[in-house]
Amino acid sequence: MSEQLSWRAPRALARLLTAIENGAPEALAQVQTLYRQTAHRAHIVGITGVPGGGKSTLVAALTRALREQSRTVAVLSVDPSSPFTRGAILGDRIRMRGISGDPGVFIRSLASRSAPGGIAAATADMVTALDAAGFDVIFVETVGAGQDDVAIARLAETVVVVEAPGLGDDIQAIKAGLIEIADILVVNKADLPDAQRTAQNLAAALALGFETQGHHGPSLASSPQAGAPSGRAGWRVPVLLTSAAHDQGVAALIDALQQHRAWLETSEEGKHRRLRQAEAEIRARLYAQLMRAALAHIEHGALERWAAQCAQHRAHPEEAARALLQAILPKLCSSST
Amino acid sequence: MVLCMRPLRILIAKPGLDGHDRGAKIIARALRDAGMEVIYTGLRQTPEMIAEAALQEDVDAVGLSILSGAHNTLLPRVVEALRARGLGDIPVFAGGIIPEEDVPFLKAHGITEVFGPGTPLETIVHFIETHTPRRARPEPSAT
Repeated sequence: MSEQLSWRAPRALARLLTAIENGAPEALAQVQTLYRQTAHRAHIVGITGVPGGGKSTLVAALTRALREQSRTVAVLSVDPSSPFTRGAILGDRIRMRGISGDPGVFIRSLASRSAPGGIAAATADMVTALDAAGFDVIFVETVGAGQDDVAIARLAETVVVVEAPGLGDDIQAIKAGLIEIADILVVNKADLPDAQRTAQNLAAALALGFETQGHHGPSLASSPQAGAPSGRAGWRVPVLLTSAAHDQGVAALIDALQQHRAWLETSEEGKHRRLRQAEAEIRARLYAQLMRAALAHIEHGALERWAAQCAQHRAHPEEAARALLQAILPKLCSSST
Repeated sequence: MVLCMRPLRILIAKPGLDGHDRGAKIIARALRDAGMEVIYTGLRQTPEMIAEAALQEDVDAVGLSILSGAHNTLLPRVVEALRARGLGDIPVFAGGIIPEEDVPFLKAHGITEVFGPGTPLETIVHFIETHTPRRARPEPSAT
């Protein structure tokens, strides 16, 4: 059956993606088979960063460049769902107009459906389906990310964090979170003033980290060694300047992507990283399954009763959570999956 | 349970060359507020681009906004492009500046419904909720 799943048959692929997104049991069974058949075939690239930083435009520019190398590209683009109505406006295709209509490019927009972390719960399984369909490169564009939206790190082989000029000082650059998961840092909109300074701040911040780990500092795009792995264990996170809307700096970014992939495949760290990602993915799914099982067993109305207490500060939410857990633990243990 | 709760996915597109998308954005926003997932493609779409997007996004319906006066040419071509991809079952609705006398022609060429200026948003939401047959079908296993 997976023989028929191909980028050349986009309709079947599109329907499988819908079924996966909606949690259809037969689709999830199929994905599990596909997962075993697709070990690190496509290059899975996460594109994340602040809202309005130019992620979609950058993905479009990268896709155009990859198509010139005759590589097929799939794009999964996540936008937020409304926490109130569950509706969403998925607008990333607007920036990708130039690449639609090419059979070697498949673009799919998805709503986060309120999953935490900047990607949707089904994203990993949708990536598996796209991988099985034979795309060479799969871009996963997250929702416009906050400082803590790091879920993409357990899915992507290469994480590109896109920054825009003028959004923060050098202290922002050394805070924990999003910047830490970058394999490649991009300062997009490099045609704007302050782009150089933003890149320098980021590079300096990364250099602090490298000093504490005993590595060399990262290098800017302008230096000849940009993106080169630093010999032994470490990967030097390059800071690249791009102006995606004007197709500038894109070739250097493509090179950096390919160098990172090569590094992953040849280094011990690459192997460790896949282990850590697999572990994180299991944890995430365990958490989701536990939550589903727990919510299914909570006595009808019990949560709402506690909420009424907590809203008036007559009980603490921790106390409520413990009580609910106590009540369902025996049921959870006796029920088989 | 999961299936019956899934949000409708609707493509909103502007075929042709007119550059006014306020109406399209208002519709997109209204559908969002009705709990739908709206894929908005932006301005100046060809019928082929719209059909390709509908296919990749596997949408339940396509909404076309057109103010240029080229509706009798462009809208049937969108329907043809959808049919050419085996997507003839997707309802296509249209809005914008479309004279009453053109509506029968458009309906004869596969446009499911035409909403003129001033149509209440609830009417459009209700129409979509009741004219999306793909939603009722079980999910294809795509094997």
